[in-house]
Order: sequence, then C-alpha cells, then structure tokens
Amino acid sequence: MTDFGVIIVGGGHAGAEAAAAAARLGVATALITHKFATIGEMSCNPAIGGLGKGHLVREIDALDGVMGRVADAAGIQFRVLNRRKGPAVRGPRAQADRKLYREAMQATLTRQPNLTIIEGEVDDLVVVAGNITGVILLDGRQFSTRAVVLTTGTFLRGLIHRGEETIPAGRFGERPVLGLSQRLEALGLRLGRLKTGTPARLDRRSIDFSVLEEQPGDDPAEPFSTLTAAITTPQVSCHITRTTAETHRIIADNLHRSAMYSGRIQSRGPRYCPSIEDKVVRFADRDSHQIFLEPEGLDDDTIYPNGLSTSLPADVQDAFLRTLPGLADVRIIRPGYAIEYDYVDPRELKPTLELKRLPGLFLAGQINGTTGYEEAAAQGLLAGANAGQLARGETPIVLSRTESYIGVMVDDLVTRGVAEPYRMFTSRAEFRLHLRADNADQRLTPLGIERGLVGPTRQAAFHEKVKALYDGRKALDSARVTPNAARKAGIMVNADGQHRSAFDLLAYPDVGVADVVRLFPQLNAIPAQTLEQLSIDAQYAVYLDRQRADVEAMRRDEGVTLPDWLEYNVIPGLSAELRQKLTAARPATLAQAQALEGMTPAAATLLLAVLKRGPMRKAG
Amino acid sequence: MALRPVRLGSEVIDTGLVVYMPGPNSFTGEDTAELQVHGSPAVVRALLRGLAAIEGVRLAEAGEFTRRAFINGKLDLTEVEGLGDLIAAETETQRQQAAARLAGGVATDIARWRESLLDARAEIEAQLDFSDEGDVPDGLPPRVLLEMTQLRAEIGTALEGVARGRIVREGLRVALAGPPNVGKSSLLNALARSDVAIVSDEAGTTRDVKEVALDLGGRLVILVDMAGLRETSSQAEAEGVRRANREIAAADLVLWLSAPDVAGLPPPDAPELWSVATKADLKRGEAQFLISVQTGDGLAELLAGLARFAEDAAGNTTSLLSRERDRQALQDAASALGRFLTRGQGDELAAEDLRAATTALERLIGRVDSEQVLDRLFAGFCIGK
Repeated sequence: MTDFGVIIVGGGHAGAEAAAAAARLGVATALITHKFATIGEMSCNPAIGGLGKGHLVREIDALDGVMGRVADAAGIQFRVLNRRKGPAVRGPRAQADRKLYREAMQATLTRQPNLTIIEGEVDDLVVVAGNITGVILLDGRQFSTRAVVLTTGTFLRGLIHRGEETIPAGRFGERPVLGLSQRLEALGLRLGRLKTGTPARLDRRSIDFSVLEEQPGDDPAEPFSTLTAAITTPQVSCHITRTTAETHRIIADNLHRSAMYSGRIQSRGPRYCPSIEDKVVRFADRDSHQIFLEPEGLDDDTIYPNGLSTSLPADVQDAFLRTLPGLADVRIIRPGYAIEYDYVDPRELKPTLELKRLPGLFLAGQINGTTGYEEAAAQGLLAGANAGQLARGETPIVLSRTESYIGVMVDDLVTRGVAEPYRMFTSRAEFRLHLRADNADQRLTPLGIERGLVGPTRQAAFHEKVKALYDGRKALDSARVTPNAARKAGIMVNADGQHRSAFDLLAYPDVGVADVVRLFPQLNAIPAQTLEQLSIDAQYAVYLDRQRADVEAMRRDEGVTLPDWLEYNVIPGLSAELRQKLTAARPATLAQAQALEGMTPAAATLLLAVLKRGPMRKAG
Repeated sequence: MALRPVRLGSEVIDTGLVVYMPGPNSFTGEDTAELQVHGSPAVVRALLRGLAAIEGVRLAEAGEFTRRAFINGKLDLTEVEGLGDLIAAETETQRQQAAARLAGGVATDIARWRESLLDARAEIEAQLDFSDEGDVPDGLPPRVLLEMTQLRAEIGTALEGVARGRIVREGLRVALAGPPNVGKSSLLNALARSDVAIVSDEAGTTRDVKEVALDLGGRLVILVDMAGLRETSSQAEAEGVRRANREIAAADLVLWLSAPDVAGLPPPDAPELWSVATKADLKRGEAQFLISVQTGDGLAELLAGLARFAEDAAGNTTSLLSRERDRQALQDAASALGRFLTRGQGDELAAEDLRAATTALERLIGRVDSEQVLDRLFAGFCIGK
C-alpha cells in the first residue's frame, strides 16, 4: 500500500490542474509545493486566455478542470478577442486580480476531495527497478507513490539576467531546485535552453491615466466556464500608451548593457513575445509600439506594462519608461528581467506526457519548453489524469489533433520538439473551424465523463446543453420555407422551387439568427445561446463537410501506434532518408510518422505491414 | 460480372466488363467494383475524368488498395515486399518531376507558388492570431488578392497544359524528312494506306506540310509529310522548306529518308532520328530500316518500330495516372483559390481556403505546415507584448 497514488511536485498552473485532475479520478493525490501561499501565483502577466489560449481554457473547463472557474472568480476585465472575426477564432480573455486568483485556486484545491497539500521541497525521486516508487523531501520525509508529475517550471538551472547582474533563481525571490535536476540529468535526457522576459512593475499612483486611451471590458462579461452563470467581481479598464522616438533612442544607446545584446544570453526567446530591445533592433522602421497598462488587482497598486519586457539595467529601464505618455513621473516597483532556463526536450515524452525513459514520471508545463499559464495548465490536466490512470491501472488518455487544441499542442511537442518557448496559436490547428471555444464541451466532455474526470454537476449541465442543441437542431431542420416565401421575407435565395430549412438559411453569409426567427416565430422558443451555436454550426457546415475525410484519415492514423520494437533500419524498401528520419524521431503513431517530411502513403503501408507481422524472433 | 455499355452522362464511351466483388472476399476485403474497358488511353482518360467528377470519388493513393487489404487482414507479408519499389518511386525526385512536367507546359516557377501562398497565409494568420497587435493591419491587403488572382491564373494555364496530355491526346509527331523526291509522300501513303498527300514524281511537289493520323496499338501517331530539303529559288518552295525545318524541330521522332537515286544530305540535328532507306527494290542502301513501297518490303517492321516507340513515349498507365493526379491537385487548388477570391475576405474561412489550396499543391510545391507560416509571419510583423 503506497501513501499516495499520485504525487504532484510544484504548485504552479500545471501543478494545480494536475493535482485536481488526479484527485477527480478518485486517486489519493498529494501536491507538494514550497509554500501553500504561492499556489496559483501568476508570476508573469496578470491575464488568462486570449487567442488560442482562451480555447485551451475552455477545453480545460470541458474536462472539469479548475482554471476556467478560478479565472471567472478572479477576472476584473473580460474581453472576447477577435469579436469582429468568425466564431472559430474568437478567444475569451480576462485580466485577473492576482490575489483573487491565488485565493480562488487555493480554496478550490483545499476543497478538492482526495487531495492532500504538503508544504516542502522535493529533493529526489525513489526509483526501483526502473520504476518510480516515491519521493524524498529535503527535510528527510519520504512518501511512496505509483506516479509523479513534475511541474517545476523554470527550476532547471534558472538564471536571472538584469543588465550586468545575474542571479541564480526560479521565479523572482525563489531559489532554484538543484537535487531533482541531477536526477533528471542522470537519466540522460536531452535538454535545451530557453529564455523569457518580463517587464518592470509600475506603481499605479505614479501614472497619469488622464492622457491615455482607456480600454474597457465587454459588457456583459463572457465567463470562461460553462458552469459560471455570471461574473460578479467588479470590473476595471486597461489603458494603452505607446513608446516614442525618445524611448527607442535610449534603448538603442544602451543596447550594450542589455543582457541579451551584450552576449550574456544566447538561448532562444519567443518570437511572439520579444523584448523591447528586440523590437527596437529588428523593426527599426517602426517609430512606436503599443503598450498595454494592465492592473494586477483591484486593491493592488501594481501595473503590468504589457509589451515592455526587457533585460536592460534598472537605471536604463527607469529612463526609457519616463519617455512614454502618462509615465513621466513613473515609479518602478520592481525592474524587469530576463530568465534563462533548461527544459527537457518534449520528444522525450509519450503523448500521455509520461517520460519514455522513466515510466511513472510525467512532466508538464514550462519544463517541457512551453510558455503561458494556459499551456501549462492544459498539460497539467493531461499529465495528472494520466498519472491517475496509471495509478489505478486504467488505460491512458491521449487526445487527438482532430478534437482539441490540447491534442494539437501535445502532438506538436512530442513529435517536433520546440525551438522557442511553445505558445498556442489558432493557426496551429488544421481543423480550426471545428475546434472552437463554443463547442469545447461537445468535443471533450463526453470523453471526460467516460474516463471519470467529470463530476456530476458538469455532467448534468452538459446533458442539458446537448439536449437543447438536439431539440434546437430538430426545430431548425423542420422549419421549412419555399424560395418565394424566403424572398418575401428579404432572404435572397435562388428561385429554384427547392424548400429550405431554417438551418439551410443560416448557412447563408448574410442571414442571421434574427432573420430566421422573423421568418419562423416558433424558433423563439429555442434559448438564445443554443440558437447562436447552431447558427455557427450552419455557417461552417459546408467547410466542415469538406474536411470530414481528412479528419477521419488523421484519426485512423492516430489510432495506429508504432511500438518500440520497430527497427526502421532493417525494414526492406524504406529509403535511407526515411529510415534515418524515423529512427531519429521514433514517432508514437502512424499519424506522427505521416507528419515527417518525405513520408509517403506507400511507406505508411509498409510500416503497417511490418506491424502486422509483429516483432522478428531472435535467432537461437 | 456483366458486359455493359460504359456511359458518362448520356455518352457511351466504351463497352466493357463490369465486375462487382462484394466484401469480404475481394482483394481489399471491401465492396469493390471493377470496370474492364478497352485499353485505349483516350477511353481510360475519359473514364477517369468522368469518375473523378462524381462527388466522393477520387483516385486511390499509391499503395492504398494494398493498405486497405492489410487493414482488413487480407494480405500477408510476402505480398508486400514489392512495395519497396513503390516507395522508391515516390520520393522528392518525383515531386520535382511533377513540377518539371508542369513547368514545361506553363514556363512557370512553381517555387514561387509556394512563396506567394506562404505570404498570403502569413498575412491572414497574422490578422487572426494577432489582431490585438498594433503592427498588424485590419482587412485583406489588395496585394494578397492580386497575388492569389495571378496564382489561380497560372494554375489555370498549368491545368490546360496537363489537360492537353500532349503525346497521349495529340499524338506522337513523326516527321518524314529528307531531300526532295526521296519518297516521303509515297511512304506516308503506304503507311496510311490512303491517298492523303499529293504523290508525284516531280521533285518539290510537297510544299505544304501534310499530316495523317494513325492508330498504332492504341496510340495516336501523327505522320508529318513535308517539303524536301534543298536550296531553292522558288519563294513558295522556300517557305515549304522553312516549315519543314520547323516541323523537324517540333517532332518527337524524325524519319530521315534516303534513296539510291537521290543525292544524299547530312541528317539534321534531332533528339530521335531513324535512318530509312527507301526504294529498296532499286538498290538496298545502308540504314536502320530498308523499305520499298513498291514491294511492301520492310513496312511492317517500320510500323512495329513506330508502335513500340509510341508506347514508350506515351508512358505506361502509371504516368497516365500521375498526370491525372497532377490535374486533380491543380483542380482542387484552383477551386479553393476560386472560393477565396469570390469571398474576397481575410477571415478564418479565407485561411481555410488557402490551407486547402496549399495542401492540394503539396505534391508540387512540397509540404507546408503551420510552423512555416508562423516563420513567415514573425519575419514580417512586429508581434509581441
């Protein structure tokens, strides 16, 4: 009998979600973290969601994860991004109050049945015969377990850079973990080095907001979670300022003092989140960059200037900040810095996020080369769920690229690895029109229910929603109209004598919900939200039909696993180039193999043939 | 199994055997139908095109039937080893060949197609994934519409090139050349067994270029009879010689004729040239083929040689299919671009249309994945907060 089925190491966004997921499966779970008080800490910008990321939050919510509900409780400015674009690329986003977020997360985990939170520092893992059996804490305590999820962020050789200074550290003010690093190194895992940056934090009382553009949130605010009825936390605005020619001049003059440009940092940072030094150098022709001033909380005077991450020395930061409108008298609470850290090449992982080289050890979050709270939380959920499945002897959960952004992300990570901190973008999903924020629950909740990840409250709510959609669709299909009648109502369809249903009409680009309700008053009985979602389905129907065959092909190939005994070098008929690529990549499924450059349908068939034959018996 | 007329719409294109093989006892284990038609490429091509036009019908991928047979447990390993050859034929070289095949027809730079698609997609994806960035414009730039219009036009031209399927559809061009009075027109008539060219014994009679189409073993062969090659003072005849030289240059094969009673000329430069000595009944000359239209000697050998050559030049069924595949790829890309241009917007549906166009062209332009689109995007826009 072990102390726990699953132990989570780390209480960040990945750790919190992993702990909740394993515990939801009914597995005795422990979350071990330095300090209870830092669980749910937002160490970078105080916002959840956005384009691609908002989709991830909805998917976490669909699997009954905690991030969506916690963000709903802590959000102080909600906006759906891309409102003017199509529904598939709309992303819900919220500014969060950091304190409220921490409190809500800590309360959620405290309430979670089957979960024990332990303060302490994990120093090492206990490995017996190549399997994880427990963890050892720095203070000597030892706990036995069947599976461990490491969610320790940037702890591997974390190094902070600020101008000429370097400080070994994890998050600011925390020391990095060293014992575990040695254990991972001993496994011979491929490691890479990445960097990321953060801007200075500013004192709200020193900023003149009267000269700045105000950006209010949506009214009414759209929550992340399908279980949140309404947002009740008070809402505030963000403000927008811009860099000036003088800002750029100061930065350019001091480039030699930036950790990055003086050559002290060589690792790769994210292209979508460049430092202000990078922007000034790489896009010298732009005379100004937009900066969002984001409040960190309702009763917190800290402002996060989004767009100004930097590794310049503190005095230069102070000088250039004062050149932005509204910031002439600004007071810096804490200067910005860059951090360099090692990550584990995610190609060392299975699609379950379990390490190939150490069964029972799962990795999630920044340690896998990703960035962002949402990416971390999504991996945490999957890793925690799979650790739980392992502990109770159930089949692992693997998510398909065709069904979720989580599936896209994990597949990208384990097959391609990363060259820069990995962030979700909607353009990464082939089947983006299907993977929408509005249907995340339809895509994932059934799986969550089947595997025991979804509690009774969400199950009931989900069944209700599905029934409403079913009834609504039936009503839309059975409301039919002749071309003449449609034209009379102002909907211009071909006068071809064909009857059209309300659903057909909704597929027309210029026909909205209001138009069909005017034509068929009985549709008024359908709840507005249901009707809206059905109208999105109608809008994309033609495109989704066109993609169906591609989706099926990918799903079929994802179902074919390529076992470890496959020796690509001895398969007759494979080209030398393919042998080498397959040996290097060791794809887990046929779908991953298909994504390799140079793979052909015939080569895929050959792999299938070899699979069918099974492993060759050794002579003698 | 039944003998049935094979119709496309109302037009009967052939009469052939129709075989229905219900699963699980077919090769693949699935319900299968087989159409056995006469081997003429024109019939096969018409049939393929007709079938492809039916919604939901497409050509099988290379190895797909074998793959389905595996999936359904119908094949054992010994039957698969041969797949290696298939794979060898499917590599990057094949992509380059496909591209070259098209480039020959349209003189276009296919690598540029890839570039302009990447540009357009980066532009649109930037607006979808980074609409909240100051550096990203709103709305579809006219430049993108222009580039995609041009791309669709080029694909249209390429499609025409493929559709011509020159050797299969237009036939193999065989030029009959040589000095005047060497017996070109007589040979043409003998080969065609008809009187299409003016035959006379006076040198320089054939001033115009005459063509006659032959069916040799199911292949279309165009014999081209032309003016004899010599210096001439007659303006009309000089024009004939000029045309003859042009025909020699355009021909897939030149039959270079000589006769015992005519002064010889050095043969022209041509990639494929067979020497043919005529009037073998007068005197047997030195050449690859010795013929006499008077006695009929050597004609059968020459015809058989032409048939073999035509068969090789037109390629086997595989190349017929790969050309059909090129056509389908171009057609799919053109349709997707058509949808994009008709809508004229820069939204997520536009992105999907461009993605579909790129995927369709993959066998010509190489694989394009989202990472490459992102590379392009980050190079062009100042993104980031």
